[in-house]
Amino acid sequence: MTALPRQRRRAVLRQSLSVGVATGTYGISFGALSVTAGLSLGQTMALSALLFSGGSQFALVGIVAAGGSGAAAIATSSLLGVRNGLYGLQVSRLLDVRGLRRAAAAQLTIDESTAVAIGQPEQPAGRVGFWATGLAVFVLWNLMTLVGAVIGNALGDPRRYGLDAAAAAAFLALLWPRLRSADARAVGVAAALVALLLAPHSPAGIPVLVAALAAVVIGVWRAYWTEPPA
Amino acid sequence: MSMWSTVLVASAFAFLLKLAGFLVPHRWLDGPRTVRVTALLPVALLAALVAVQTFTTRGGLVLDARAAAVVVAALALLLRAPFLVVVVLAAATAAGLRALGWG
Repeated sequence: MTALPRQRRRAVLRQSLSVGVATGTYGISFGALSVTAGLSLGQTMALSALLFSGGSQFALVGIVAAGGSGAAAIATSSLLGVRNGLYGLQVSRLLDVRGLRRAAAAQLTIDESTAVAIGQPEQPAGRVGFWATGLAVFVLWNLMTLVGAVIGNALGDPRRYGLDAAAAAAFLALLWPRLRSADARAVGVAAALVALLLAPHSPAGIPVLVAALAAVVIGVWRAYWTEPPA
Repeated sequence: MSMWSTVLVASAFAFLLKLAGFLVPHRWLDGPRTVRVTALLPVALLAALVAVQTFTTRGGLVLDARAAAVVVAALALLLRAPFLVVVVLAAATAAGLRALGWG
């Protein structure tokens, strides 16, 4: 494996750190929301360190706050967590790790680390991007969860700063280089449309999963039509 | 179910789901078509995620400041703006529109 030139390495690390800072900031709202929902400081911190998946964590405390059962909270959180397992298929190929490093990589496999990893054109940059983003998000997310849980939502609604839009834009920017391929573009557009069609009619987590599966079927189908089978 | 059991069981499931992807033997995924699917899967998931994050609120379809911000981000990307510029422009667009009372 060829080494990564220093300049590329710095660019990837900068990208990882900015994703970490933007995502970490959301940890403040999570910490505040979780304590307001009735979870203790310890339980709130356990979620950020052990569950470590923003969408699942927000859904879990949202259900608890609304008076839902523990089983419902676990089910929704897990449904939203399925996509991390699907990311793992590709991330695992990229990293090729064993033992404890594999467990650590699995724990860090979330939207952000996967997006930075697959957004890099060369494999060494993908590896650096995965670890750097995963660690940056992990450290900042936990730190900011603590801040939010202890001092409350000092920043106010993150939407006021456009942080929700920044997150969507960051994922789009990370995907962008991949969208140069016609295959990936077709799959991405199809997935986006299917997710939006399903969103009003299905529980959280389902639209993204079904969209991805539908899109992949389209991708395979396209491959079948545009290339003779090997 | 106590709150601690909810927290710990949800965390255990989350980790097992993450680990599951790593435990699938690579050779199961080595066929040319499977390699393609595994590579396209994160693209599809993240594209769907962007759509849901941009156009929905609690499951309902919504057109608000986020849509404008993501359009600005896409234009910036077309003009080859660097990553940080894209993200900051999107945040500023959404924050600005909301300060003006829209979305």
